[in-house]
Parts: sequence; structure tokens; C-alpha cells
Amino acid sequence: MQLAVWTYEGPPHVGAMRVATAMEGVHYLLHAPQGDTYADLLFTMIERRGKRPPVTYTTFQARDLGKDTSELFQTAAMDVVARFKPDAMIVGASCTAELIQDDPAGLVERMALPLPVIPLELPSYQRKEHWGAAETFYQIVRTLADKSRRPSEQASRRPLVNLLGPTALGFRHRDDVAEITGLLGRLGIDVNVTAPLGATVADIERLGEADFNILLYPETGDLAAQYLERTFRQPVVRTVPIGVGATNEFVREVAALAGIDPAPLLAQEESRLSWWSRSIDSTYLTGKRVFIFGDGTHAVAAARIAHEELGFKVVGLGCYNREYAREVREAAKRYDVEPLITDDHLAVESAIEAAQPELVLGTQMERHIAKRFAIPCAVISAPVHVQDFPARYSPQMGFEGANVIFDSWVHPLVMGLEEHLLTMFRDDFEFHDGAGASHLGPGHAAPAEQPVAAAVEAEASGWTDEAALELKKIPFFVRGKARRNTELFAAERGIATIELATLYEAKAHYAR
Amino acid sequence: MNAPARLDAQVNGDCAPVLRERGQREVFCGLTGIIWLHRRMQDAFFLVVGSRTCAHLLQSAAGVMIFAEPRFATAIMEERDLAGLADANQELDRIVAQLIARRPDIRTLFLVGSCPSEVIKLDLAKAAQRLGEAYAGSVRVLNYSGSGIETTFTQGEDACLAALVPVMPALPADAPTNLVVVGTLPDIVEDQFRRIFADLGITHVGSLPERVVADLPGIGPNTLYLLAQPFLGDTGQALDRRGARRIEALFPFGVEGTSDWFHAAAAAFGIPTSHVDAVLAPYRARGELALLRHRDRLAGRTIFFMPDSQLEVPLARFLSRELGMVLTEVGTPYLHAGHLARELAALPPGVQLSEGQDVDRQLDRVRALRPDLTVCGLGLANPLESEGLSTKWAIELVFSPIHGFDQAGDLAELFARPMRRRDVLRV
Ligand code: SF4
Repeated sequence: MQLAVWTYEGPPHVGAMRVATAMEGVHYLLHAPQGDTYADLLFTMIERRGKRPPVTYTTFQARDLGKDTSELFQTAAMDVVARFKPDAMIVGASCTAELIQDDPAGLVERMALPLPVIPLELPSYQRKEHWGAAETFYQIVRTLADKSRRPSEQASRRPLVNLLGPTALGFRHRDDVAEITGLLGRLGIDVNVTAPLGATVADIERLGEADFNILLYPETGDLAAQYLERTFRQPVVRTVPIGVGATNEFVREVAALAGIDPAPLLAQEESRLSWWSRSIDSTYLTGKRVFIFGDGTHAVAAARIAHEELGFKVVGLGCYNREYAREVREAAKRYDVEPLITDDHLAVESAIEAAQPELVLGTQMERHIAKRFAIPCAVISAPVHVQDFPARYSPQMGFEGANVIFDSWVHPLVMGLEEHLLTMFRDDFEFHDGAGASHLGPGHAAPAEQPVAAAVEAEASGWTDEAALELKKIPFFVRGKARRNTELFAAERGIATIELATLYEAKAHYAR
Repeated sequence: MNAPARLDAQVNGDCAPVLRERGQREVFCGLTGIIWLHRRMQDAFFLVVGSRTCAHLLQSAAGVMIFAEPRFATAIMEERDLAGLADANQELDRIVAQLIARRPDIRTLFLVGSCPSEVIKLDLAKAAQRLGEAYAGSVRVLNYSGSGIETTFTQGEDACLAALVPVMPALPADAPTNLVVVGTLPDIVEDQFRRIFADLGITHVGSLPERVVADLPGIGPNTLYLLAQPFLGDTGQALDRRGARRIEALFPFGVEGTSDWFHAAAAAFGIPTSHVDAVLAPYRARGELALLRHRDRLAGRTIFFMPDSQLEVPLARFLSRELGMVLTEVGTPYLHAGHLARELAALPPGVQLSEGQDVDRQLDRVRALRPDLTVCGLGLANPLESEGLSTKWAIELVFSPIHGFDQAGDLAELFARPMRRRDVLRV
């Protein structure tokens, strides 16, 4: 058993729902008790979809157990076919139904329904949401992709690709697909099929007609991409185009596979991030301490942008999905930080507290943690809440995605010169770090009692009053570090009482 | 899924037959009650013994996360816990130890059963006993089921309160008559009610649950209880078994319901009606004034209740009698004929009641009727709105102060707001 308050990922059948809901004409029959219908609200409330997810739950009750749960399942299957007339149906069990072992796969097979039925085996007690989505998409592709389809004669057409991985409830998937489709179009490449998002059964059937695949979201699309690679010999572009550098590499890689010269497009298109970041106002971003946590793919991408494109210092990097631990570990090595692979949000909270970042990039969980610590935060990865499904166009991928990222990461921070003034005149009763940045509302001010600083100020024992007062003049986000360094410095030298001079001696020592 | 069986089980002479349906039910399970119960009982912790689904339900149903570390958590079962019950029990003991070490302030621990724990027959009653002995003197361990195979939404609170009844202190046969108000109420409403009881002259008043489990009221042969919520069937039975007697009343929604509730209580304590009328008069006047504002907008408009919280019948009674709304179908997950007898009698003749659910068929009826307002769960609201039908999320009715005289206007406002919004929007 694992003790959990909040979870980063739902059960695997929620992943299957994300695939079914993303697609057109696919219905999901889920053997599950009534309470599991809560999952509908993820799509109707959080993502604000105007349609119910195409999911029918059998909602068996205790009194059905041991007698007619399998009959219930078969009746429900017939009802789904009659009422929704789907082009294909996926069937499976939630955690409870897995235990009663009704074997949905066998049950529907015996019914010989007049449509493709894809049984899913999603082990609820071992796996989680992302894996469930990936496995579901893979099973759909394996069953429905027409093995006889192959790309048509190249000479008469533009290169053709599939975009793999976007689902319902994904972080900015809607806009990423639009952005990348546009980018490819300007490069001279057409999209054959985007899947699962928006794909029909007929679309899945013709996946084989593309020249190659672009894997936008490895977490949900890689199993299918590997299958297509094996079956249709379609190469896969695995570079995820988040950030300027990654987008440039992506364009080159795609162009090479398509036999196109990327230079004209790259000369013409550029993200504003590059100039915004080089412009003089951004100097103050240099070395900002940033803590990054999310799904593996988004976290690794964010770390690269933070390090290479904004000049931040990565002080923490981690992911909640173990499947991508290897990628995160490799990246962590590059930035010389300890990788944090955990789905325990309390462990993430302690890591953030210890790292004392000036900016947190994370999921909705980290947003709450950062709020408690009064640290600025931007969201970079699922799971996200309703406010992270914006009405406006806001991709993460491609050149426009980089613009969006620049804005949304820099906005929560205190602006350049303002930061200096805050540091210079810390005793101004209206204008201090507790008041927050002038372009943000009062909700963004550091609260009077914030754990990081409170812990720091709790008891500066061994400090003279004068030194303790001086310590308070250091901005709160580096105060803890200054204190620790000074105390370490004093301890190493056997200094019992920290005086004003000790503070500045330690500062000089650690500055070297 | 099965054809709706039209049973001729007349609940009372005035109502149309109750439509009983069995099909897909689009309702939360009883675990959801933890979201308000854990805020109410400040010395209690709720540990769900369940799956990742259960944990995900709790965080999704809460809508926004209660990020001050909530007093609930899930012990998520994993593959190896399914191998043998002995191991599962050991694991549970380990988790509880971990929890109590982290939250030494906890005085009552609820082990809450889920579908998976019930299907594998993990005996939480036994576990509660075992752990209760292990932590005797510091933590009391109780258990109940919030599973979706046994409970629907608010039935989770019923199961929780029923589990508390046996630990209410026993009162002797010669104890003065005391009153227990049963069902979680928002603090502000509880305080209002306590003031009114005091004005009426009823002094021995306790609540089930209390804000602190340690303060549970006593119970004995002279205990009378008054239900504040209509979904407390099992709790009522447990109280009856301990010798308490239920005061029959309308539920305290709207001016009429709240007046009836206090009148019934006062009558049971032998307080003269004239005194009750005098005490309630200013409250009634305030409540009626507040309702007046909303009557124009709501009178004559049609409303459809999808089954959700079991509050449907009393709320339908309030909306039809005090605001003139027209009831189309009043669906409820479970119709407790005994506790609702007075409510059902107060409904206008010919109202279509339905119990249970086949959500697709019910949505067909909503689309055919096109009511002015549909009260439904979170999974259905936006899809109906996008079809041009106004909705009210049912869960808000459970999370907001809606009982009593001074909330009658707010309750009406909850129904009026979606319609007002539809009227003002020009997009
Ligand atoms: S219905 Fe059962 S399995 Fe689903 S969340 Fe509720 S208790 Fe858990």
C-alpha cells in the first residue's frame, strides 16, 4: 500500500478515457462501479468539453456481484451499439472490475458484435494514467491500422506525416497540434493523420500512408510509434519541439527525413524568445534559481529552455512518471542536480523547500506548493486545472510556443530594476518584497508568514542582533541560503558568535 | 439498460407512480462525503483503503484542492496487497502507524472501505478493532463503507454517522430530555439553529457529528433526534436502536420547511405553539422577504432533478411551494419513504418521481421536456449547457449553507443565478 493525499496520475482506465474522448466515433465500455463516473467531470469541467466523454459504465452494485455482473456487461455492450452506433468500441475493466474477473474481452468476443471491438488489459494495481493512454492508443492502432496501406508515389505529392500522441485533457495539446501542423505546412509537409486527438477509425486505418511519424508526446504515443516503426517501417521523429533550440533541431530532423532544405524556413522564422532573452531587460534573469518538476518530457524540455535560453540556474529537476526516469536522470546530470523521481507530492514539497528556488515550474501540485511558499510559479506539465486550459491560443511547441513560454515564465517574476530597488530599500513600509511585484495583484505578494523565510528567521541563535538584522535585509528567496552558508562558514572556523563581519566574510568566501 | 419498470408502488395518493430505473448511474460514490466530513470533524482523519481510482476521485470531486494538508488520505492498494489478506492487514497497520506518526493530533481515525477493499473482503471492522486496541487511549479507530458498490454520494455521510452512533455516550433513563440534530451543517447554520433552539427554550441540544468527535452528545431513552438531512436512513436506524426517537418534520429548507422543523421540535418538548410562532416570526419575515426577490424569476419555470444527493425531494417541495416552480421529473438515487413521508405529501399532485437511474434514457427525457433548469452532476452540466439547457450543479447544494431561514434566499439564488446568467449573456 502507498499512502497518498494527492496523485499526479489517475488510474490507467482514465488514460484510456483520454484516448477515447480525443477520438471521433470510438466508444469505451468500462466495467466499473458508479463512483468511477466521476472521471467524466475531468473532461466536461476541467477541459470544458461540451460533450460527454464517449464512455458507458456498467455501474454494477454489491447486489450484482456473484450473479449477473457479466450479463450486465453484455446488456450494456448491446445498448452502446444500439444507442451510439460507434465505429469501434474499446472495452475494459476499472480497478474493481479487475478484481471480480468477469473477463470483458471474452464476454464481448462471444457476442460477435457487428463492429471492431478492442479489449484492453490495463492492470490498475500496477500501472497509471499515462501508460493506460499509451497502451490504449497502441491497441487501437494495432487493431485498426490497415496493414496494406503504404505511402503513395512520392513524386506526385508533398511529404506526408502522422502526428502521434495528443489526447484529451493534455497540457496544451490542442494548440501544439495547430502550431506544429502550421510549421510543417510552411516547410512543405502535409499531415496525414493526427491521432488520437480528432482521429476517426478511418484515419487510424490509413496511418500507413504517411512517410514517417512525428511523436509529439512520448508518454502517450511511443508504444504506437514503435509499433508503426516495426510494422510499416515508418521512421519516427522523437525530438519534442519545445523551446527554440529543440524546435530548430526538430525542423532540421523533419526536413532531412522529408528531403527538404530547412534553411529558408529557419532563416524566415524565429521565436521572439531569442531576442527577448538577449535584450538588456532580461539581464536580471541570469542565474535565477529554478525548480522543475512535471512529466518526464516536459520537465526535460523545460530544463533545457531554462538553462540555455533564459540563462536560469536549474536547482531541481524531476518527474513523477518513472517510465521517463532515465531521460530525467541524464538531463539532471547535465545541470548538475540530483534527479527527483517520485510521485509523492510531499517529497516534492520538501525538495522545493530545500532548494529555495526563485521560480517553480511544475504541475498544478507544484503551483499549490509554490503558493504556500510564496514562490513565483508557472505551469509546464499535466496534471493541470481548469485555468490551464486557456481560451486564447497558447501552444508550448514550435516558435510561437517558445514565445508563450517566455511570457508565462517571466511574468510571475519581479521585473529587473524593480528588483534592485526592492533590495536597496528594504525598509520602505510600502515597497518591500512582502508587497510583491508591481505588475501583479495583491494575491501575488509574499505573505507575512511564509514557511521558507519563517524557518530561516525562526531562531537566529548564535547571531548578534546587528548581524541578524542585516540578514533580514537580504531578499527572502536567498536569505535561507545566506544563513546556512554563514553558519557553515562559522562552524568550520569555530566562530561561536556570528557578527556583521562574519556574514560578509562568508559572503566573500562563497562568492569565489 | 434494462427497460424501466413502472412499478405501481404508490408512495402516496397524490404522486404519480415512481419510475424505477436500472441502468448506468451517473453519481459519485460515498467516498465523496469525506470532502465535507473531514472539515467538520476537526480531530478526525479519514483513511480510505482503496485504489488509485479512489484517490483520484477524492481530488477530482473536491474541484479545487484543499491544499492545507487535508485530514484525509488514501492507502492505495498495490499488486502485492491483493496476494493475501494477511499481508494486506499488515500493510494497513504499517500505513496507519506512518499516518499517526505524522499526525499525532488525530483522535479519531475512520478506516473507509472502498469497492476494491470490499471485493477482496478486507475486513475493516476487524482492522478497526485491532488498531483501536493497539492505539487505545490515544486514537479511536472506527470504520464505515464509502464504496460505490454500497453507497451513493451522500450515503457516505450516512454510513459515517451511523458508525459514530455506537460511540455516543449513554445517558441514564432519568436524564433530562435532550435533542440531537443529525447531519452535517455548515458552522454558520448550526450557530443560527442553536440560537433559535435557545430562544424556544430547548437547552440540551447536541449535533451528530460535532465539530470535535470527542464532544459527541449523549444518547438514551429520553433522547429525541431531528434530521437536518434527508439521506440519513442508516443513521436513523442506529439511533432508533439506541432508544432515541425521531421527531417527524419537513426538512429545514425554505421558510416553510424550517418553520415546520422548529415547530415539530418544540411540540416534542411541549412548548406552546404561540411561543414558537412569536420566536420564529422575525426569522420568517426575513426569509420571506429574501425569497420575494427570486419568485418573479423562478415562478412558472420548469425544473428537472437528475438523481444526485437525495436532497431532491425536499428541494423540489421548497421550489414548488415557496417559489412557484413547476416540477417535471424529480429523480433521486434512493427514496426513503419513511423519512420523506411528510415531504412527499407536500409535493404537488402528479409529480413524476424517479428512483435509481438509466442516465441515457433520463437525458432523453430532459431533451424532450427542455426544462428551464436541470439540476445535475458535474459530468453532465456542460454537455447540457452546450445543448442550450440551463443547469445547476447539484454538488453546490451539498457544499453551500442552504438550510434555515436566513439561507432561504441564498438557496433560491442558487437556482435563479443560472437563469439570470442566461438572460444577461449576449454571446
Ligand atoms: S466507486 Fe468504488 S472504486 Fe470507484 S472511487 Fe468509489 S469506492 Fe473507489
